[in-house]
Amino acid sequence: MRVGATPSGARRAAVDRDALLAPFWAEITGIQREAEGISTYWLRFEDAALRDAYGFAPGQFNMVYLPGYGEAAISISSDPAEPGRIGHTIRFVGNVTRAVSRLKVGDVVGLRGPFGTAWPMKEAKGNDVIISAGGIGLAPLRPAIHHIVRCRADYGKVTLLYGARTPKDLLYTTEFDAWRKADIQVNVTVDRADESWQGQVGVVPLLFYRFRMEAQRSVVLSCGPEIMLRFVVFESRARRVPSDRIYLSLERNMKCGQGFCGHCQLGAHFICKHGPVFRFDDLEPYFDVEEY
Amino acid sequence: MADVQIDLGATVILGKAEFDRLLARLRALGYTTVGPRVQDGAVTYGPVERLSDLPQGYTSEQDAGRYRLVAAGHPRYFDVTPGPHTWKQYLFPPRTTLFTLRRADRGWTTESRDGIAPRFALIGVRGCELEALHVQDRVFLREDQIDPIYRERRRRLFILAVNCLRPGGTCFCASMGTGPRVGGGFDLALTELDEVFLVEIGSEVGRTLMADLAWESASAFLQHAAAQGCERAARQMGRTVHVEGLPEMVMERLEHPRWSEVGKRCLSCGSCTLVCPTCFCWDTQDHSAVKCDQTRRDRVWDSCFNPSYSYQAGGNTRPNVRSRYRQWLAHKVGAWKGQFDTLGCVGCGRCITWCPAGIDITEEIAALQQEVRS
Repeated sequence: MRVGATPSGARRAAVDRDALLAPFWAEITGIQREAEGISTYWLRFEDAALRDAYGFAPGQFNMVYLPGYGEAAISISSDPAEPGRIGHTIRFVGNVTRAVSRLKVGDVVGLRGPFGTAWPMKEAKGNDVIISAGGIGLAPLRPAIHHIVRCRADYGKVTLLYGARTPKDLLYTTEFDAWRKADIQVNVTVDRADESWQGQVGVVPLLFYRFRMEAQRSVVLSCGPEIMLRFVVFESRARRVPSDRIYLSLERNMKCGQGFCGHCQLGAHFICKHGPVFRFDDLEPYFDVEEY
Repeated sequence: MADVQIDLGATVILGKAEFDRLLARLRALGYTTVGPRVQDGAVTYGPVERLSDLPQGYTSEQDAGRYRLVAAGHPRYFDVTPGPHTWKQYLFPPRTTLFTLRRADRGWTTESRDGIAPRFALIGVRGCELEALHVQDRVFLREDQIDPIYRERRRRLFILAVNCLRPGGTCFCASMGTGPRVGGGFDLALTELDEVFLVEIGSEVGRTLMADLAWESASAFLQHAAAQGCERAARQMGRTVHVEGLPEMVMERLEHPRWSEVGKRCLSCGSCTLVCPTCFCWDTQDHSAVKCDQTRRDRVWDSCFNPSYSYQAGGNTRPNVRSRYRQWLAHKVGAWKGQFDTLGCVGCGRCITWCPAGIDITEEIAALQQEVRS
């Protein structure tokens, strides 16, 4: 955790502490069910000084630690303007996250971060923004949406293309109206409809056919299953969006969050450090290499 | 000889009988002296207290998937090339505790690790191994990120290097430019002749240590003989690799058919990563008391060949052995260059010797270098 300018001795101790993966403790202040097997956990650092010093950028992640179970890299899904209140939308799918699902308000978890690169909110200024997300891939993009809503005048046309397997799996549906009110075009699709569903059916990349984009003034931000990312890139490129205007957030097994443990390598990149958000031209040499 | 000044960079003669005094002096300074010993039919690294602990009279026969320690009966102590151990175990231990947590009324209290690092004197570090240490320096002591465990152990390290006169069957340090003569960065560097050691002084600590011992100045003739020995060794390498343009070549050939072919032979056992002196990947493990009132978080060596290495929600990034072998080799001699501005291979040959399937990195690189015409 980078906490401003401190004397070198204290700084070194802090750096060592980080490198040795010592967690900071945070209390669960709220749990919000989002969908089947997915909830958002609201966390607050126990240490007041840390609470004040902590800040993150949209797209970054924390390592969430449960003693005895281990750590998981979880993207931050809350508003970067309120860093004292950290939201993690967690799908209960692995050893650590299933243990998280049994926690209650008032319980304490370990937290390290923030780690990784951020969405290019500054570079995207003055441009149209296309946010395409699949399933829980919307979680790391929500801070970007928060930011856009807050600084709406900085951006041109903003379009959200979002999809999930079924209507029941869609996240943050209660916020869609607020986003629309902020002049964000929200297009939602599901792979499989149910009797209640009135909207689009199909995969996220198909939503690219439902609006016009101006390639030279658009920035594409995307997070979701790797197969979806491939088609988001394909559709963006088909519309002549240059590689340096496409940003993807990738997932890999991560243990340290600091480019040290080696697990999340992709070519010369350590995804936890040089990513998770990459500009597509940095990924291009590896993107089509199977299982690399 | 105490009245004659010994210079940094000088090469002197040390009688073999004096070597025990050198080790004793190191121990008196607080070092744990570790070096090669014979254990279970192989040369491993562990505590050595006197010259007689070293593998005198041994050589080893090494080939792809084959290692035999042979008692050759000669009087030399440092003639046997390294076995499965590497020095990295002393700087980047296979298992280290990061911290221990105890349950408190609310949450947990953290107990940090013990702050005092051990002080090791490495006895008999070869050129390839010294270079491997420098490669790991770049990995663990980066400008933006430093591993405190490695830093503290490295800072206290004493290195007695040894010039390699008889390379093993799987060695290719001459191709990689890391040996057989040791490069810089040692405290003392030794060349073993039948009767005596030639010792090059590489640091102030090394100079101080030598000053009290019964050394003699080395004649130009002996120094020449030692240099010739290294040159001869360079011509006796068991293997060669063509390194020019190697990182670029590998990164451009990630879809080469050879990966599938070697993937069929590789057992994905991870032996190569365990014996590699530069492999640095690690995992974390929690060890909890049965009562769940305490948990210890350990850092342990990991391997890109383990299925869990690339496991994440949604499955394994590299389910096939082909992809894991490619990750290992393309990292070692490809992506490593982009990360640390050096190759991750020093040509020690351990991965060849200790591969149960006899996969030979030099052969795989050569196969990848073959242009595929479709």
